[in-house]
Amino acid sequence: MEFVWEWFYWLYDVHGIKLTIFYDEWDRNRFIRGMWTTFHLSALSIFLSIVIGVAGAWLQMSNLVWMRRIVQAYIQFFRNTPPLIQLYFFYFAVDAALSQLFGITGGVLGSYGWAVVSLSFFAGAFNVEIFRAGVESVPRSTTEAAEALGYTRLQIYRYVTLPLAFRVCLPSLNSNLINLLKTTTVAYAIAVPETLYVANQIWSDEYNVFEMMNVVWIVYIVFVGFLVWLMHRWEKSIKIPGYGN
Amino acid sequence: MNNLNWASDQPIVSLKNVHKSFGDLEVLKGVSLDVMQGEVICIIGPSGSGKSTLIRCINALNDIQSGSITVEGQEVHDPKLNKLELRKKVGMVFQQYNLFPHKTALENVMMAPVLVLKQNKDDVARLAQTLIRKVRLDGKEHNYPGELSGGQQQRVAIARSLAMNPQVMLFDEVTAALDPETVKEVLVTIKDLAAEGMTCILVTHEMGFAREIADQIYFTDGGVIVEHGPPETFFSRAKDPRTKEFLSQIL
Repeated sequence: MEFVWEWFYWLYDVHGIKLTIFYDEWDRNRFIRGMWTTFHLSALSIFLSIVIGVAGAWLQMSNLVWMRRIVQAYIQFFRNTPPLIQLYFFYFAVDAALSQLFGITGGVLGSYGWAVVSLSFFAGAFNVEIFRAGVESVPRSTTEAAEALGYTRLQIYRYVTLPLAFRVCLPSLNSNLINLLKTTTVAYAIAVPETLYVANQIWSDEYNVFEMMNVVWIVYIVFVGFLVWLMHRWEKSIKIPGYGN
Repeated sequence: MNNLNWASDQPIVSLKNVHKSFGDLEVLKGVSLDVMQGEVICIIGPSGSGKSTLIRCINALNDIQSGSITVEGQEVHDPKLNKLELRKKVGMVFQQYNLFPHKTALENVMMAPVLVLKQNKDDVARLAQTLIRKVRLDGKEHNYPGELSGGQQQRVAIARSLAMNPQVMLFDEVTAALDPETVKEVLVTIKDLAAEGMTCILVTHEMGFAREIADQIYFTDGGVIVEHGPPETFFSRAKDPRTKEFLSQIL
């Protein structure tokens, strides 16, 4: 590895291209930690937003009117407001309110925790709608067959409706999750040390804004590319012979 | 599960003055019929006469407005009834097969006994293999529904219902969506079942088959049972003019 670092130092020395994240160990480590934070912040939010989507789509089929209304209100609220404002709302307002309620000093969740919560709710609202469209695409006659075999409503959802709905809504789920990954950059605003945040720290210290901006582009292109690749593999692995297309 | 008030010499399925409406449209206008254990009943009649609705009410896929339907003496539309108990007793096969497209033939058969009856998976796998053989689909157990012909799918659907070990089987125009060549393979499967003593209630347009297999033929029109009788007399000596007209059009 050493010669790689040396080559980047040579690049700076001779051409003035200042990529400290390669030859300066301090910058390199904080940048790697930043990318790692983006990675698990994204992974956790993606997972939780899918859980919210699956649960929300289930609750939307509820016989209780008020339950459907609550889910609908949640969707409207989180879909129609900017994610940065949602994040501020959780981090400043909700945290303060909960701290007061439970008599906690020093905050309930911290910036990382609130970023996960806020991003999951944000993407979850879209996921509910995406899964609902998938659920509605499953023919009534198919779920009826399960009903005639004695399945409970939850069993029908878990073993018949969801697996079929997933296959239909994967393309839209795909784009929403890509969006979520990109939106993790708003966590910058509450000092979660993710990729953009550490990049900013580095260019403030090293005066290499141009270089770091390019690095940040590439990092996100690679991250999104990886997610797209994963989703396509998943899509392929659950493809049913003779079904769909 | 066993109803102590019911004995096997009483009708296993009994409908008394059943009325059913969809909104303002009354589909069943007082239907009564009794089915004894081991009997095969064919319900025939023009489209829209309420045949399918009638058998869908028997396993409570549709509710009814008034009257009574009992299976083994138990009221089907009693709100306190455990639907699972009813569905264990009554199997149903649909016109469009309605298999689970993301599961193989074998998995389709296995799912309900494992999930609903909580039976041991290995035992169920053996049972499912036996049923797949019974419907003559050996070698197709690992195919997905999309890889099977309509007739094959319908036989998987029959095996799937049989896996629940029902007392009564309902067949809702099960050959109506099939190619003429594949109709026969499904009918043969049903005939095997009937010969084994399974109580069967069929809605069908296959008159030749009905004549061959049925103990009783019921002719419905306009939401009522116009006429019924054993096939020998029904087809040759129908009394009601509506029955005669219907038969003259299709025979």
